[in-house]
This record gives sequence, C-alpha cells and structure tokens, in this order.
Amino acid sequence: MTAQQIIFLIVALYTLGSALMVVTTRNLIHAALWLVSTLFGVAVTYALMNANFIAVVQVVVYIGAIAILFIFAVMLTRKDMRDSGPQMHKNWWLGALMAVFVFAGLAFMLSGWSGFSKAAADLPSGFDSVSLLGEALVSPQAYVLPFEVASVLLLAALVGAVYVAFNKK
Amino acid sequence: MSTELIIWLLPLPPVLAFFLIILFTNKSKALSHTIAVGAAFLSWLGAMVVFFRAVGVEHLAEHPFASSINWLPTGETYLKIGVLIDPLSAIVLFFVAWCVLMIFVYSVGYHNFGQPAGDHDHAGLPPHGATVHGHTVPSVEPMYSRFFAFIGLFAFGMLTLVVSDNVLTMFVGWEIMGLCSYLLIGFWYGKESARNAAIKAFMTTRVGDVFMLLGIAFLYSVTGSLSFHDIFREEVLHTLASVPSGVFGLSAAGLIGLLLFIGTVGKSAQFPLHVWLPDAMEGPTPVSAMIHAATMVSAGVYAVIRMFPIISLDEKTMTVVAFIGAFTALFAATIAVAQNDIKRVLAYSTISQLGFMIAALGIGAYVAATFHLVTHAFFKALLFLGSGSVIHGMEHGVLHTGNHKVDPQDMFNMGGLRSKMPRTFWTFLIGGFALSGFPLVTAGFWSKDEILADAWAHGHTVVFFTLAIAAFLTAFYTMRQITLTFFGEPRTKEAEHAHETPWTMTTPLIVLAVFAVGFGWVGMPHWITGGLVENWFHHFIGSMLHEHSEELAFNIVPLATSLIVALGGLAAGYFVYRNVDSPEQDKLQIPVLKNKWYVDELYNVVFIKPATWFSEVFVSKWMDKGFIDGVLHIFGPTTGGIGSAIRNYFDVPIINQLLGDGSAEVTWWFGKNLRPIQTGRIQQYLILSLILLFVVGGLLYFLLMA
Amino acid sequence: MVPLSWYLTLAAALFSIGLFGVLVRRNAVAILLGVELMLNAVNINLVAFWRYSDALTSMGGQVFAIIVFAVAAAEVSVGLALVISAYRRRNTVIADELDMLKW
Repeated sequence: MTAQQIIFLIVALYTLGSALMVVTTRNLIHAALWLVSTLFGVAVTYALMNANFIAVVQVVVYIGAIAILFIFAVMLTRKDMRDSGPQMHKNWWLGALMAVFVFAGLAFMLSGWSGFSKAAADLPSGFDSVSLLGEALVSPQAYVLPFEVASVLLLAALVGAVYVAFNKK
Repeated sequence: MSTELIIWLLPLPPVLAFFLIILFTNKSKALSHTIAVGAAFLSWLGAMVVFFRAVGVEHLAEHPFASSINWLPTGETYLKIGVLIDPLSAIVLFFVAWCVLMIFVYSVGYHNFGQPAGDHDHAGLPPHGATVHGHTVPSVEPMYSRFFAFIGLFAFGMLTLVVSDNVLTMFVGWEIMGLCSYLLIGFWYGKESARNAAIKAFMTTRVGDVFMLLGIAFLYSVTGSLSFHDIFREEVLHTLASVPSGVFGLSAAGLIGLLLFIGTVGKSAQFPLHVWLPDAMEGPTPVSAMIHAATMVSAGVYAVIRMFPIISLDEKTMTVVAFIGAFTALFAATIAVAQNDIKRVLAYSTISQLGFMIAALGIGAYVAATFHLVTHAFFKALLFLGSGSVIHGMEHGVLHTGNHKVDPQDMFNMGGLRSKMPRTFWTFLIGGFALSGFPLVTAGFWSKDEILADAWAHGHTVVFFTLAIAAFLTAFYTMRQITLTFFGEPRTKEAEHAHETPWTMTTPLIVLAVFAVGFGWVGMPHWITGGLVENWFHHFIGSMLHEHSEELAFNIVPLATSLIVALGGLAAGYFVYRNVDSPEQDKLQIPVLKNKWYVDELYNVVFIKPATWFSEVFVSKWMDKGFIDGVLHIFGPTTGGIGSAIRNYFDVPIINQLLGDGSAEVTWWFGKNLRPIQTGRIQQYLILSLILLFVVGGLLYFLLMA
Repeated sequence: MVPLSWYLTLAAALFSIGLFGVLVRRNAVAILLGVELMLNAVNINLVAFWRYSDALTSMGGQVFAIIVFAVAAAEVSVGLALVISAYRRRNTVIADELDMLKW
C-alpha cells in the first residue's frame, strides 16, 4: 500500500459515504449539503489524478453554482418548514436491487477488459495540463466546435429556465 | 342506251318507288300514287323498248340479250348473276309490264282517290264511307300510300324474277313476291280473316319454297352453277339425266325437276297446296289481280317453263307434273261451280287454268303452255279488275241504302248490272268469253285449243278428256257468273243503286280487253289461214327448245272438242241461270263442292291441330315451362340455400364473431391489461427500462460471448 | 500506484448510488440530486481514462469532462425550473403525484 493508495481509499470512502447520505437523508437541505460534501470529495479525486484545472472548475461550478441552485430550489418548493411523509417509496428495495445489479454488471464487464489493471503513466516534466487544455478547447483542429456548441447550449438553457420558471402573476 | 343496260334498270323504278313512298311521301296520297304509277310507267316503257328490240333479233334464243357480273367469290370462280332476255322472258316481260301498269292505274280509282276521309275509318280496316251533305259517299282508303309502296315492291320482285339469268335471283324475286303477298293479302290487318289468310298464304307457299330451295341446292351441287346458260348446256343435261339421285329411282334431273316443281305447286296453287288462293281474296281486288293473274302465280308456271329442259329429262317427273296439272284443273273447276262470291269463282278459275298450263307442260307442250300463260294473264287480270269494278258499284249501292248487312260480293245480291255498269259489263264479257275459249275472237280460244290439240296429237288421252271436261265446266261457271251478275233484274236495292266506276278503273279494263281479244292472233296455227300467216308465237317461243318442235297438223278432234265444250258450256250456263234468283234455287249448291271438297278441314285435322298441339303443349308447356323453367327454378332456391348456409355457418360465426369481434376482444383485453403499465410515474418507467436492459443485455452478452 | 480499476470501481459505485437515489426518492428535487451524482461519476470515469491513457497530450478526456460540466449545469437549471413551475401549478413536488401522462 503506497501512500497514494491510502489517500485514495480515504477520499473514496468519504465520497461514497457522503453520496449515501445524499440519497438517504430525510431532510432535503441536509441532502443538498451532503451533496456539497460529495462534490468536494470528487474534486479531491480529480486533483489526485493531476487534473488540476478540472478540480478547481468542479469546486467553482458544481459546488458554487449547482449545489446552491439546489438549495434554492428546495427552499422554493417547500409547503412548510417541515418535511412530511416518507421520503422513499414503498418498494425501495427494488431500486436498491437495481442499483446493485448495475454496479455488479459494470464491475463484471470492466473486469473482463484487458486494460482494467493498468498503471498510471508518469507525467512528463514541465507538463502543463492547463495550457494544453486551453489549446484543445479553442484549436480548430481540436475541440473548438463542441466548445462553442456547449456555449449555445448554455444560452438555450438559460433562456429556457427563465421562461419555464417565470412567474406570470 | 344499250339493251342490256335497260334490262338491268327494269326492276329499279318500282323498288325506288317503294323506298320513296315508305320513307318520304307516306303522308301525301297524290305524291305517292304519282311516284308509283310513274315508276310502273317507266318500267313499262323500258320493257316495251326491250321487247320490241328483242322481237327484231334473228334467232334470239341463240343470241339473247345477256349481261352478267361476278357476284359471290366461291374459291377460284365467281357465282355470277345477271340479266337475260331470250324469247321466253321477252314474252313474259311483255305481259307483266302491261298488267302491272294497268293494275297500278286501276288502284288509284279502286282506293277512291279524291274522296273524303271516312267517318269511322281506321287504318287496317276497309273504308266505310263518309257523310257529305247527308249522303254517304265512298271514302278514301286510309292506308293509301302504303298500298302503292307494297305493290311497287311486288312489281320489283316480279321484274327481278323475269329478267334474271340464274336460278338464284329468280328465287330472290320469288321470295320477295311471297313476302308481298303476305303484306298485301293482310293489307286490311284489322280483319281477322285477312290476317289468317295472309299467314295461310305465306305458310302454304313456304312449304313449296322449301322443296324448291332443296332442288336449287341439289342442282348447284351437281352442276356447280346456277346460271341458265350453264345448266342448260347439252353435256350438263346429259349428265343430269344419267346420274341417279337415289330417291324414288329418279335421275338427278328428275329429282331436281320434281323439287322445283313442288315450289310451283305452292306458288301456283296446284293441288295439294292450293288452299291459300281462295282465302287470298281477302286482299283488295288489285292485289288479287296482281297476285293471281298477272304476276305471282304466273311466276310459278314461268319457273316450270324455264326449267323445262331439266324437268323434261325424266319421264316420271313429267308424269307427276301432268297428273297434278290435269287433276287440279278438274278439281278446281268443280268447286268453282258452287261458289257464290264473285271473287271466289275467279280464284278457283285461276287454279284451274294454271292446272291447264301445268298439264300442258307435263305432256311436253312447251309452246302451248307459254301461250296460255300469256293469254291467261291478260284475261284473268281483266276479270279480276272487272269484278273489283262490280264490287265497287255494289258498295256504292250499299252506302246509298245504308244496309251494311248486304254482302256486295255475293252474286246472288247482284243482277241487272248490265245496264248500270256498261263498260264493266262489256269488258267482263270479253274476259269471260276469253276464259271460256269462245272461238276465233278471243285469245283464250287459241291457247286452250292448242293445249288440247297437243294432248290429242301425242296420245295423252286421259289428260285430253280431263282437260276437256274442265274446259266445259270453265265455260259453264263463267257464264253462270256473268248471268247472275249482269243479266236479269236487280235482286236487291243495292244492285239497283249501283253505278259505273270512274275512268281510272274502266280504262285499264278496256286496255286489257284489247289484249284479251287480240293477243290470240299472234299464235294462230298456220293451217287456219291456209299457210299464209305464219304462227309467229310458235316460231318465237319454239326456238327456245333444243329440238325444234313441229307445228301440229290440223286435226278435227281437238278443234271440235274445243268448240263443243266452249259453246256448250256458255249456253248451258246462260240457260240454267237465267231464271235462278237465289241460292235455294241453284241445284249445284252441293255441300261437297261448296266446301271445297273439305280439303281445308282435312289439313286442319292432319297438320294444323298436331302442330298447334306440339307447340302449345309439348314445347311450350312441357319442355319450356316444365323442364327448362323447372331446371331454372332449381337454381334459385339452391343458390339461396347456399347463400344462407354460407352466411349462417361461416360468415356470421367465423368471420363476424370469431375473426371480427374476436380480434376486437383480444385487442381490448390486451389494452385493458397493458394499460396500467403507463402510470405517468417516471421512476417506474426507469425501473422497468432497467429491468429490460438487464434482460436484453444479459441475453446478448451471453449469446454473443458464447 | 493506484490502478485504473480502483477509479473505475469508485465511479461505478458512485453511479449506482446515484441510480438508487433516482429510483427511490419521492421528492423531485431529490431525484435531481441523484442525477447529479451520476454525472459526477461519469466525469470521474472520463478523467481517469485520460490520466491512464498512453497519449497524455491529447486532452480529449478533460475536454469531454468540461463539456459534461456545461451540460450538467444546463440540465440542472432547466430541471429545477421545471420542478418549480410544476410545484407552482400543482402545489406538490412528490414525483408520484406528477402523473398527468397516466392512462
């Protein structure tokens, strides 16, 4: 067990635990906060993988925007300050079963793949992932088109969200 | 204009008149009769030109006017039709043209042209008189134009027959005349007796025509041609005479001749097919004159004369011909003695005289028969038209007295018409004397005498005596007729008020009377004038035969016989009937004779009733209604049964209920039970899709990986 | 050295947990929380494959992850807008009660 592995295990357990809490907490605000925690764990995972920029973007976008959005949504859709009624279905075991099957299926299929136990390659020295990422995003031979389309998508989502949630009173 | 062309055009004017009248001028009486008489005049003119040219030709029989065209392609050759004027057809053309023209002119007056339309006249019934200023006058015939159209067609048929140069077109003209006789005898179709008479005429002559057609077919099959020129050649005749036909031991010529003769038996009303002719008196009198004197019955005799070269080849056929001719002559004469209707006497007289001609042909007297044919046409037409004039006069009397129960045709209602209708009387007398064979001045004498002379000279004594007795009876009943009609005092009021008929009717009588007197002189035997005047007729017609027949030498026996029977008969008729005023006083009203020897009744039992039974009971009731309709009646219910079976056992349970309703039920059941799947809840959808994903994925994975 | 399999397993587990949340939770917003978890799992997978690939200079994995961020943001915003709109209309956020597409 190297130090990297141990750190990974700790982070992984933290992330999964937070995720479990997200889906089982009764109180929705708590669930949103547990989501924040999970996202944070994921960001650490990114950092472990030397994807620095992604990790920062994760914190800024996901935690800073999306999780806050969830909290707002929860607040806007409460009938009263209490959470009433059961928060899971009657037949929740069916869903659990499905989840377990999915996990098992994925694991099974991946284990049959030859590159499953690959080792990480060493990063070359002076490896600047951020500038490479920047170039990839705007280079015409690379991914400028998806980048632009994604921006259009965001525009559409913006307009759509405003329109749908507009209060016509 | 070439003679051949004129001959081709001769039948054309009357048929044109027929079409024009039928199609266009039916409404106008004056226009119709003008067209018709004009057409008859044109044909007469052409016929006269042809006749006089023909008479001027030397040896016309060897070089006749002939012209033919290819008509029917038959393999490599053609069936040719055309025209031919040789001595026989020239002489027949002569009398046909004259008689036809006279009858056409006569019809104008007979149908009361110029008179007003009748009070209660219907088309289809004889006109009954119109009231003008309180008097009843004769009214014009309602179907005036139609009459002229029909007799135009009739004239066309006869002219076609006369000018044709082959048996086929001769038969065509024959049949056209048969049709016209039906149309004209039944002219007043409103009378049931007229309708029946028309059918009887057509049917009876049809019987003869069928046999004639068989004869023509047989002739064609043996000789390969129907043209007179071809079939009368020496070698053809020789073949026909020697080939046996297999029927009754006759040679081919004999059978053909016999079959063709049967056609004449029908058309010329010889026994046993004579029954139609007396009934044909139902038609208007010009029709009777046309049919029974000038044209139709003459056509029958003409056919036998024309086919004489073939008929004469077989002894048996000739015997049959002579027998039938002589028998008919006597048979009809006996019936004529007991008839009271003025036209019926003439009808039976016609049958009898035709018998004379046929008998003459049977014994080989070719020229005599032809001579009698021509003279008979003239004086019989004259007699018929004269009787029509008498009837018209009597009808005038009937209209005057208003007593319509009096039959204007019954001779016992007449009497004393000599002073009332002089022109009719004198012409009728001439005709009657000609019929009786009054010596020297009448044509009938010369022709009848020649027949008797021929019979005696060639040793046919049975025929001679039969014909002599018939001649006696002829003179007797003719004088009876004249006496009852014209002499004595009028027996009824109607006869008192009779008066002469207009010039359109009496002028033809006079013209025909001239011929009835004069025509005989062209055929006088040469010994009468001591050899000074040649017997032109004998030479002219005799040239038709291959072996030139000798003129007969003088023999006292036939001459004396003729004189005795003619004068004796006339005298007997006059003296017996001078004092007879009613049928009860007439000793010769024997039922057998009056009822025509019951021949009609016999035919009714033997032929008509079985035929009627066959068609009404056997064919109509049993076969048609019973059998055929029965079969059809099986189809109906059967089809209905099949239909309802299919409906009830297949359509309703299987198609309707099982397939139709059943599929609907199944679909509805599926729908009902599948519907709850759609709950509108996304999470359930997700779960379901995941389950499905696992199932399919697992299947694919394990199937593809294995 | 952390083998690739560990990261992939982590991603699979996170994905399953998110799936469980989607299938089971009654509140619509909670369902969207589950969706977020699943998207994050996907992102982990993508970055892991980039990191353990042989051509580190082709930034395809990271670019894909960036795009996924954008998409996730768009989806969350529209989705929550829809939930809020539905809440306004029906006065409920229980997913089971939003069943207007029922038969």
